[in-house]
Amino acid sequence: MERKNSFWNKLQAWVNGEEALIHADEFIAKQKPYEQRRHLSPPKVEDIKSNKGLYGFLCVLISLVFIVVMLLVVSELPTFGEANNPANNEVMERYLEDGLKETGATNFVAGMILDYRAFDTFGESNVLFLAVISVLLLLQRDKKNIDAREDKEIAEDEAMDRADHKWILQIGAKYLSPVIILYGIYVILNGHLSPGGGFSGGSIIGGGLILYAAAYGHECVHRFLNIRSFTIISVGCLLTYCACKSYSFFTGANHVGYEIPKGIAGHILSAGFILPLNICVGLIVACTMYGFYALFTKGDI
Amino acid sequence: MDHVNWIHNIPFFSIFLAMFCGIITPLIKNGYTAWKVHTTMLMIVSVMSVLLLVNVYENNETFTFMMGHFPAPWGNELRAGPLEALMAVTFSIVMLLTTAGGREFIFHDVVAEKQNLYFIMLNAIFGGMLALVYTNDMFTAYVFIEILTIVSCAMIAAKGTAQSMVSTTHYLVISLLGSGLLLLGMSILYSITGHLLFPQMKEAIVALAATKDYTFPLLVVSGFMFIGLAIKSALFPFHSMLPGAYQAAIPTSSGILSGLVLKSYIILVIKLVYAVFSPDVMLKLKIVDILFVFGLAGMVMGSVYAMCETRMKRMLAYSSVAQIGYIYMGIGLNSRIGMAAACFHILAHAITKTMLFVCCGQMVEDSGGKEQIFYLKGAAHKNKLAGIGFTVGAFSMVGVPLFAGFVSKMYFATASVYAPGKMAAVLIVLGISMVLNALYFLPSVIAIWTPVKEQERTQKEPISPLFRFSVVLFIVLNITLGIFYRPVIEVIEKGIILLQ
Repeated sequence: MERKNSFWNKLQAWVNGEEALIHADEFIAKQKPYEQRRHLSPPKVEDIKSNKGLYGFLCVLISLVFIVVMLLVVSELPTFGEANNPANNEVMERYLEDGLKETGATNFVAGMILDYRAFDTFGESNVLFLAVISVLLLLQRDKKNIDAREDKEIAEDEAMDRADHKWILQIGAKYLSPVIILYGIYVILNGHLSPGGGFSGGSIIGGGLILYAAAYGHECVHRFLNIRSFTIISVGCLLTYCACKSYSFFTGANHVGYEIPKGIAGHILSAGFILPLNICVGLIVACTMYGFYALFTKGDI
Repeated sequence: MDHVNWIHNIPFFSIFLAMFCGIITPLIKNGYTAWKVHTTMLMIVSVMSVLLLVNVYENNETFTFMMGHFPAPWGNELRAGPLEALMAVTFSIVMLLTTAGGREFIFHDVVAEKQNLYFIMLNAIFGGMLALVYTNDMFTAYVFIEILTIVSCAMIAAKGTAQSMVSTTHYLVISLLGSGLLLLGMSILYSITGHLLFPQMKEAIVALAATKDYTFPLLVVSGFMFIGLAIKSALFPFHSMLPGAYQAAIPTSSGILSGLVLKSYIILVIKLVYAVFSPDVMLKLKIVDILFVFGLAGMVMGSVYAMCETRMKRMLAYSSVAQIGYIYMGIGLNSRIGMAAACFHILAHAITKTMLFVCCGQMVEDSGGKEQIFYLKGAAHKNKLAGIGFTVGAFSMVGVPLFAGFVSKMYFATASVYAPGKMAAVLIVLGISMVLNALYFLPSVIAIWTPVKEQERTQKEPISPLFRFSVVLFIVLNITLGIFYRPVIEVIEKGIILLQ
């Protein structure tokens, strides 16, 4: 039956809830080429032999013992927020009282993690870098971990993804993701002045990128963030971090060299190395977040 | 710049050089160049560490290095003495020899475009181990343990086979259990001491023990931290991830993980005993006795499991379990001489087990990838050097005199004399364990040297010069350490005295 593709017909179909059926033939034709996917059935937990009997009993017993021990410990720990707790000692005092003078950062947390204890944060940003490299080592498509069938399935997935009109998501992402990314940049740049910093700002930017990629496909993000630029950004940021901190560790420990000017507290250009370090950490975190998403969905950045 | 003490900068330089090489390696697209960078880094670090060792030993000193502009309780700190320097020297030399001898495995097993990523892991794992050796700060230790955990898993998964994925998952779960316990213990310890740096923590703990405040949390903390580290270093009841992982991984990874990475956690245990919970407090806490019992059980059970095993790499993994048992038994004796024996065994096991894995990997490859000892019959005739290396390693692990493994066993026996109440147990278990060691190592040695019929014997495989260089040096090191052990023991004893 030939049906007119008029506005009225469409509205009528929409009211009747049969919108998809207007293009029913096209829809089915599109569906056909996809062959049956193999589905891995999840292993049945109750069938695993070792999960029965003694094993289950021991699990419960050990968990109970652990719970009781933890509760007993917590009941003996110092009360949270008391003034004379062991943690409120000269360390805390100097961080809070001299932090502004010594690091130039209004945000004491930024001063603590990027100046007083910068070595730990260097390790921490390396953890992120190594995590994404591990995932790259594991998931990036190569001749060993992917066969022709999986390649075909990924291509089909992408075709299906393109055919799917995600209007709400796309319109939402179009207006939201620039704002999200802008907010992330704000959080990073103000890391030494207000709550936030590289780690939180970077994850906000990463979230914005993921939203954009989910709505418009990976190709859109791929235009400016491919494996090459990804490597250059991560390596560049870590090297900057490494260089800045090597300088400050070396000069600090040996009492030589020039002090980095702290600037006027509260200004955007102040607090010595903290601003550039925050930018580095933020970029690494953003790349890592987006890298995980891209690698886990299609096995490539 | 006149008053800069360059020797004191060596720990900082070594860690940052290793991390720096890890960071720049993604820019290198070629595995061969990445290996060159890695080797150069290891050579520089080993030379610097030798310099450091000579200096601290001669000056009889231990020093702290301020990481940044802020002194101890506010900023991070590194610390180095003879023990730390000796460990850094051993780690860098063993790592150098392992990556040299095992280079062909990496190029063979890892896909060409991912080889540079594997070398990032090698650089990072070396940096992480150095940081654990030199750290004087609890949280730094935790951060670098995280790095070691991620990188160990990536090194097992690098081969990309289904089997390696399964064992990586197993390894990851058990490792995270250990990290979790350690982190829990650390946070409770922080809330009752208020410090993160070792010397300040020690002061606070000694004060707490004297006033009997927070006795129960302190007990639980010591349990969590030491059991957490014991899980990470695969002490006996927590060893289940080792055999699968070492079987599935590239032999180079297996060697580094079992010979060095497990040891770096044990070094942290030793530092915790002396520099955080002082030996006196440890006596009251009883946690060392638990480690002692687990160590004894591991010595026997690891060897029993190894005897039942027919596949060579799994047998070596179980043998590692037994050797880790020896080390924890030494720590559990809670005496300086026991600790010295444990430290010496760390060195002996590091140089022996890496050589065993490299040689075993070579023989398995020559025999067409078959791992059962049955199929490896006559494998030593195809590659004489791998056979000799394996034999020397086996002798050292069994405890034949003139090899490194013998010295540590002798010292364990000596140390037991000074531990009242533990002597009989140590001597009996040491005897049983040595017999068991011989029972599983000697048959495999005999198997690989059994002559095969002329027509079955394939032509001799070419031996790469790097493999030859690395195995010969390993053998020389092993015998040197077995004969001239006195100076090493002296360095260790001085290091332990200075650590307190």
